Amino acid sequence: MSAIQTQDLTKKFGKLVAVDHVSFSVKEGEIFGFLGPNGAGKTTTINMLTTLLKPTEGSAAVAGFDVEKEDSEVRKAVGLVPQDLTVDEDLTGMENMLLQATLYHVPKSTAKPRIMEVLSLLGLADAANRKVETYSGGMRKRLELAEGLIHYPKVLFLDEPTLGLDVQTRVMMWDYIRKLRDEQKITMFLTTHYMEEADTLCDRIAIIDFGKIIALDAPHELKQSLGGDIVEIAVENNNLDMTDALASLPSVKEVRNRNGVYRIKVERGEEALPNIIEKVLQKKIKIGRVSLTEPTLDQVYLEYTGRTLRETEGSREETMRMRRYISRVRQ
Amino acid sequence: MIEEILALATREIKKWVKNPFLLLMMIIQPIIWLGLFGKAFNLTGLVKIDTSKLPPELTQLIGQQIGQLINNTLNSMFGTTDYFTFMSAGMLSVIVLFTAMFSGMSIVWDRRFGFLNKVLVAPIRRASYILAKVFSSVLRALFQSLLIFSIAFAFGLKPGDAFGPLDMLGAFSALFLLSLGLSSLFVALTVRIKSHEAVMAVANLLNLPLMFTSSAIFPIKQMPDWLQAVAHWNPISYSSDAVRKFILHSQAGLDATQLLIDFQFLIAFAAAFTIIGIMLADRGLRKG
Repeated sequence: MSAIQTQDLTKKFGKLVAVDHVSFSVKEGEIFGFLGPNGAGKTTTINMLTTLLKPTEGSAAVAGFDVEKEDSEVRKAVGLVPQDLTVDEDLTGMENMLLQATLYHVPKSTAKPRIMEVLSLLGLADAANRKVETYSGGMRKRLELAEGLIHYPKVLFLDEPTLGLDVQTRVMMWDYIRKLRDEQKITMFLTTHYMEEADTLCDRIAIIDFGKIIALDAPHELKQSLGGDIVEIAVENNNLDMTDALASLPSVKEVRNRNGVYRIKVERGEEALPNIIEKVLQKKIKIGRVSLTEPTLDQVYLEYTGRTLRETEGSREETMRMRRYISRVRQ
Repeated sequence: MIEEILALATREIKKWVKNPFLLLMMIIQPIIWLGLFGKAFNLTGLVKIDTSKLPPELTQLIGQQIGQLINNTLNSMFGTTDYFTFMSAGMLSVIVLFTAMFSGMSIVWDRRFGFLNKVLVAPIRRASYILAKVFSSVLRALFQSLLIFSIAFAFGLKPGDAFGPLDMLGAFSALFLLSLGLSSLFVALTVRIKSHEAVMAVANLLNLPLMFTSSAIFPIKQMPDWLQAVAHWNPISYSSDAVRKFILHSQAGLDATQLLIDFQFLIAFAAAFTIIGIMLADRGLRKG
């Protein structure tokens, strides 16, 4: 059974089609990334999958329940870690968690041990009785994550989980997210703007733009779809030209020799590299240096969504929200 | 469902109690109100006659007969010869109105900070969230009324000679009904409003008209006919009247007929708006 399954999922706001006949499925235990420019339809999709918005057309099932007909079942099965910091600064971490536990009907007797379990999992046990005011940005974000876990969700939605965090905190968040998937078998659906985050964290990535999914695959495959890797080999003796010999190898697409430095465009570089080296060594040519460059996900993203800057209409509210968010998370 | 409401209402109350500035303002505000309206606006003082400045031969006549006449007139207008007492009783309802007005404000903040979304994805009834807002606002309003009552007492409020704990209970049940209805009304108005400026505008548009078209600070009998008609539909008139009757409870007894009318109106008002609030909650809170 898929953790998430959508069929022609569509949301229109008046004339604007925010999400346009989107179909995809997320496997159980997968970390699935949703990438796209601002206003591409990421948050709208999350809102529909978490029952905050009703789809205009199409259908979606989360944890096996229909988001429209069985919305209360869906709400029990999913956790949402919103983009905003919603934890209450005036309350302690424990008080925030207790409120969340009540909203998810976790029985009183099991609530406290469960809270401590989740907080220790995220390294917040020691800070449980401190006011959230005193928390760092990373701790707040982790408390937010902890709140999403209180009711043993099957699917966790993470909307920009590391937005505004510094590199150390971001790497730590990734570790926690992986740990949750591995130890708790939770399916993760995350949106992000950070390509390296999607690359290291996600099993599969969907790129969405103008409400449509324009690419969907594992990060590695997406990078390959750009036309392959670049292998560079510098040889010490350039008397013998190897261009034709190398070009005859399977999966090699293009070879250029510039003063003893061969630049080889190749599919699946890491698999082709041993063959290339073998070929060179057969000719008794000494290799000085080898490098393999994969295209980055940034390149993939720009390839699919284009390089033009989006002058999307930014609402005043959105800007205010962002400023407020950044200032809180950086505390 | 009750647990959810309690948990959400506790959150509101905690946020409020943990803010010493809000608590301080809440104590200062009623003092200013009582001082300005009760003492500076002393309507009954205008018609009082200072007997010491009259020629001695007139003192007897003025002091007793005309004085009696004036007092009778005042009694029939205000129910008491002391405007401060009249006004303080009405001010309790006005404070309830002012507290209720901002009950919707926190919904706007919850929406902005994303807390609303978190509540909406939780498997709870949406009405729980609305009721929690309403109840915490009612609690705040009643606490503030109690505060203003104690301060008014210290400033010279003169209750009737038969005033007792039961009258206190009666007065606060009227205030409870008023705050339940008004909080629900303002919460219902703000479920779909997204900016706090708009909430302020709505609150400012409604507060003074609601206050001045009621019998809170001026007796209905002395109003022009058209204003009387409006005042008869204003719930603040009914709660002011009920509270005043209980506070001025004298040996002569309570006017049960009028109190019954007051409570009937207040119960209908509270029930209607609580139901409207809950009904709007489900559709209004959902986005798009």
